[in-house]
Amino acid sequence: MLRSKDLLGIKDLTPEEILYILDTASNFKDVLKRDIKKVPPLRGKTMVSLFFEPSTRTRTSFSLAAKRLSADVVNFSVSTSSVVKGESLQDTALTIQSLGADFVVIRHSASGVPYYLSRILDISVINAGDGANEHPTQALLDLFTIQSHKKRIKGLTVAIIGDIAHSRVAKSNIYGLTKLGANVRVIAPPTLMPVEIEKLGIEVYHSVEEGIKDADVVMTLRLQLERQAKGFLPSLEEYFNLYGLTPERLRLAKKDAIVMHPGPMNRGVEISSEVADGPQSVILEQVTNGIAVRMAVLYLLGVRK
Amino acid sequence: MTKKELMDKNEINRALKRIAHEIIERNKGTENLCLVGIQKGGVLLAKRLASIIESIENRVIDVGMLDITFYRDDIHTSMKQPVVKKTEIPCSIDDKTVVLVDDVLFTGRSIRAAMDALIDFGRPAMIQLAVLIDRGHRQLPIRPDFVGKNIPTAFDEHIEVELKEDGKDDRVLLIKSKKRKKNIK
Repeated sequence: MLRSKDLLGIKDLTPEEILYILDTASNFKDVLKRDIKKVPPLRGKTMVSLFFEPSTRTRTSFSLAAKRLSADVVNFSVSTSSVVKGESLQDTALTIQSLGADFVVIRHSASGVPYYLSRILDISVINAGDGANEHPTQALLDLFTIQSHKKRIKGLTVAIIGDIAHSRVAKSNIYGLTKLGANVRVIAPPTLMPVEIEKLGIEVYHSVEEGIKDADVVMTLRLQLERQAKGFLPSLEEYFNLYGLTPERLRLAKKDAIVMHPGPMNRGVEISSEVADGPQSVILEQVTNGIAVRMAVLYLLGVRK
Repeated sequence: MTKKELMDKNEINRALKRIAHEIIERNKGTENLCLVGIQKGGVLLAKRLASIIESIENRVIDVGMLDITFYRDDIHTSMKQPVVKKTEIPCSIDDKTVVLVDDVLFTGRSIRAAMDALIDFGRPAMIQLAVLIDRGHRQLPIRPDFVGKNIPTAFDEHIEVELKEDGKDDRVLLIKSKKRKKNIK
């Protein structure tokens, strides 16, 4: 049972709600394997995506998910919309609601925008990434991918390497993984590690070699090149030398550890091509699972009333 | 709430055996036959029917299971949160005779949804319907081909089929609730 009309973050979900979404997603994954990859439950519903930041996979994934559920999809492109004429966020959102949308999927560079919209709109608001706050569907698809490989989440050791400070993916995953009982380690240079992050119930490492040891899951994050202008790092080469996921470092994790990356990848910065394309990588599977998980979210929010 | 037993273990057994024979007779054997149980009550019954048919004909029958949640027409009006169960169609259903199996036939809406779901998997030569209980009150033009027992009921009564695979004794119960509750299956 989902309590809220919106999906704003993993922080707001109970462990039961997370597992309910994952269970439902596994049925949608079966649907995606059929010849006819479409089911009718959201016939007559409309999803509008409103992206104030660039995205290819998340937006495409949401669109496909909605279409597989027989909903109509409108992609609202901010650069060609009235936003550039100075329309306020609130007016844009209310306009979309009045156009008859049932779901608005929003990405914004400012944390809290989805929450703000959820308060003024009656329709379901789904957070597709807000600032450095949360990216809940990415965490759900990561949890789904981990569960389908490891058959459980509880008790696993998950190492998250990279720009923890700017990463909404890391944040959502930390909430989700700890709620489901995994041991989470975060690994980053001190400049990219938020202060007091250990208060979320996780372990903090500054050395990859130490943090990755005996991990069941190794998650690398994209180094957000667009946010590095402030001089957090001496150079990208140095970052790769100290924090890049290489085959040598991966060997320190458990033999059957899986390697994950939310994409898009900077090969040779946070991950080497050998690892990204190697046998332990489940990166492309994450993309496929993303559709199933987003179908589950849309479906469960769509049938709530 | 009052409960009344409508069928016991032996009666259920006999009904299933008769239905198994009828399916074989109607289809002149079991070639091209596939049983598909509707989640959740129909799945166990389909498996039982298949094993009876197999013991009569000495031939393995394909058995599938179908979850109809995504195809229901009451999903936006019913209050319950959906719990989706497994769908598994083990063979191609193209040009097969598919026998849909369910425990209770009531309004016919589940069967309508099941037919829509099934057709997304292929084009069967024929779809037939086997149910353990037909309790009447159809809201759609749907008629079963094989019936275990016809039981006239009031609209607000409820029929429960309990099976030993679920850890209970085999039996069919009629449940009358004191509160008037709309119960659309």
